Amino acid sequence: MLALKAENISKQYRLGQVGTGTLSHDLNRFWHKVRGKEDPYLKIGEANDRATKGTSEYVWSLRDINFEIEQGDAIGIIGRNGAGKSTLLKLLSKVTKPTTGKIYTQGRIASLLEVGTGFHPEMTGRENVFLNGAILGMTRKEISRKFDEIVAFSGVERYIDTPVKRYSSGMYVRLAFAVAAHLESEILIVDEVLAVGDADFQKKCLGKMNDVAKGEGRTILFVSHNMTAVKELCNKGILLNQGTLGYEGNMLDTIIEYQKSSATASSYHYNGNINEALGNEKIKVKEFSVTPISGNLIDIDAGVHVKLVFENYLPNINLDTTFELKNYEELVIFHVGKLITKDNDSKIGEYTVEFDIPSGLLNAGNYYFKLIFGKNQTEVLFMMDNFVGFEVENVKVGSKLHIYPGITRPHFDYKIQTP
Amino acid sequence: MNEPQQKWTETIEADHSLFDLKLKEVWRYKDLVYMFVKRDFISSFKQTILGPIWFFINPILTTIVYLIVFGRIANLPTDGAPPLLFYLAGVTLWNYFSACLLGTSSTFVGNASIFGKVYFPRLVTPLSIVISNLMRFAVQFLLFILAWGYYYAKGEIHPNIWILATPLLIILMALFALGVGMIFSALTTKYKDLSMLLGFGVTLYMYATPVIYPTSSLPGYFKKLAFYNPLTGIFECFKFAWLGVGDFSPAMLMVSTGIILLLLAIGTVIFNKVEKTFMDTV
Repeated sequence: MLALKAENISKQYRLGQVGTGTLSHDLNRFWHKVRGKEDPYLKIGEANDRATKGTSEYVWSLRDINFEIEQGDAIGIIGRNGAGKSTLLKLLSKVTKPTTGKIYTQGRIASLLEVGTGFHPEMTGRENVFLNGAILGMTRKEISRKFDEIVAFSGVERYIDTPVKRYSSGMYVRLAFAVAAHLESEILIVDEVLAVGDADFQKKCLGKMNDVAKGEGRTILFVSHNMTAVKELCNKGILLNQGTLGYEGNMLDTIIEYQKSSATASSYHYNGNINEALGNEKIKVKEFSVTPISGNLIDIDAGVHVKLVFENYLPNINLDTTFELKNYEELVIFHVGKLITKDNDSKIGEYTVEFDIPSGLLNAGNYYFKLIFGKNQTEVLFMMDNFVGFEVENVKVGSKLHIYPGITRPHFDYKIQTP
Repeated sequence: MNEPQQKWTETIEADHSLFDLKLKEVWRYKDLVYMFVKRDFISSFKQTILGPIWFFINPILTTIVYLIVFGRIANLPTDGAPPLLFYLAGVTLWNYFSACLLGTSSTFVGNASIFGKVYFPRLVTPLSIVISNLMRFAVQFLLFILAWGYYYAKGEIHPNIWILATPLLIILMALFALGVGMIFSALTTKYKDLSMLLGFGVTLYMYATPVIYPTSSLPGYFKKLAFYNPLTGIFECFKFAWLGVGDFSPAMLMVSTGIILLLLAIGTVIFNKVEKTFMDTV
């Protein structure tokens, strides 16, 4: 049995200043409609690539998406920022309508694009549970029946009759998630709401989601950047790439496909024409790539192999390259340089620099390289920030799947003396 | 596609019927209407000292000011009705109408953060505004009844059978506010200019409606014009019924009803059209 089927769904957005000239476009659109012609603005538009400046003010946030979801499946939807994940969720949860195409569903849909939607600060926890539940589509009877369960799950019994504006943000989120977790819908759509609360509560949320997906046989659509959680929860995956369906299959394959396809991630290769390669008249970068040392997925245990190939045009200098790695919080993890030549004897031609970041050095997360080429350690020849990025996947430790805090996650040679 | 006869409970697509208000769905969400009304009520009076007493203070003060400005200074006629009761009647009705109109007209813009995250029939929001204002109106109407009882006991007013039409008048007024409010709320998602217009437009509209003056005091040409204001019939009928004054005719009410239903239909169509994509433009 299918729970959901998407047929050629597309969504077009207009960029820039919505509001100026809308009236003229509206009138033009109306005029075409009166004459029985197609909407003139539906034809234009281009794929949604935020890095390149487009020529049209209309973009397709999603284009011709087709997929089917079996009842009881847990689907992870992944993709880069701007790939259309949120748009797809919005369409599925009926917040906005598709420009073209149809979505068929079987059963009630509840969407959790955010926790605590409609919470009113002046109302008590109890009142907000009822309000939020009603907004999410529950009846008062349903909420009354589950009320005790909800409060117990949230762990804020003591404050349930206090206005939520007096809550700490953690309590607020706990209560909000508790309501959402007790929805009784056949299809549950979840955005990255799990990125809230402390590690303990996150685990509880993941556990609850797991119950819903595996134990209760409901259908879940889960959007997240937390690949570990996605991998753990979902059995199938959908990869979105610039508004189109990039890959559809089992979850692990989808994640691997995602890492391969991410454009800023993994690698840069020049297109064969050295004139168009990245760089200037002194340095041309031909290749910069990041690959797992072992296996085909970069995770904490895999280690990262870095390869840089470039063309040097300056003879007889001291050439150096510096690799700076930053995490998504812009925190510099390392900034290490390597003197390529020491005796003013650089040559014109292709150089290759390779090194390994050992496994366990980087904790799970997203990382970006900044690349600097220097002359005599004093002059910058060429510099490129946010050049190549990659994501390190988390690995499970025992039964715990959440990401441990810390910048590094080293492997130590433990010496344990047992009694 | 293992089963050829797949049954779908719902289809999400770009087009749907413009007149379909999805009332069945709204009924399923009746508890949400209740919670919204409760929220409005709680949030208005949390951390106020007087609480719901403010419901009374507003019409009393307004009536006193009108009594002084329009009654004493401008000397506007009241068709022989006690000025206090005349203004109180106007203020009570007008407060309800303007609160409903202003409330419903900000449906989309004011609730964008909720609408952007969760789906529920959007009609729930304007409906709950109309209903929560109805509570306010009920309290203020009680005040009017008290004052009315006093004058009735004194024998200064002569109500008639049209009093029974009062619920109909309230419903008409609510529908009128709902219809116009839906039109404005839908259009302001794209053209924010309209909210500017509405802000002072409502204030000005009060002077085009027999709130502080009776229709009988209007010169001939304006009287004809006032005939097409849907509120004229409602206000005149109300004052005629309870105070026994004014030139009310059932024809006025017929015209009001016709115009209101027309506006309601237009509002529904526009509201439905905007509902599905407003998140992209708001």
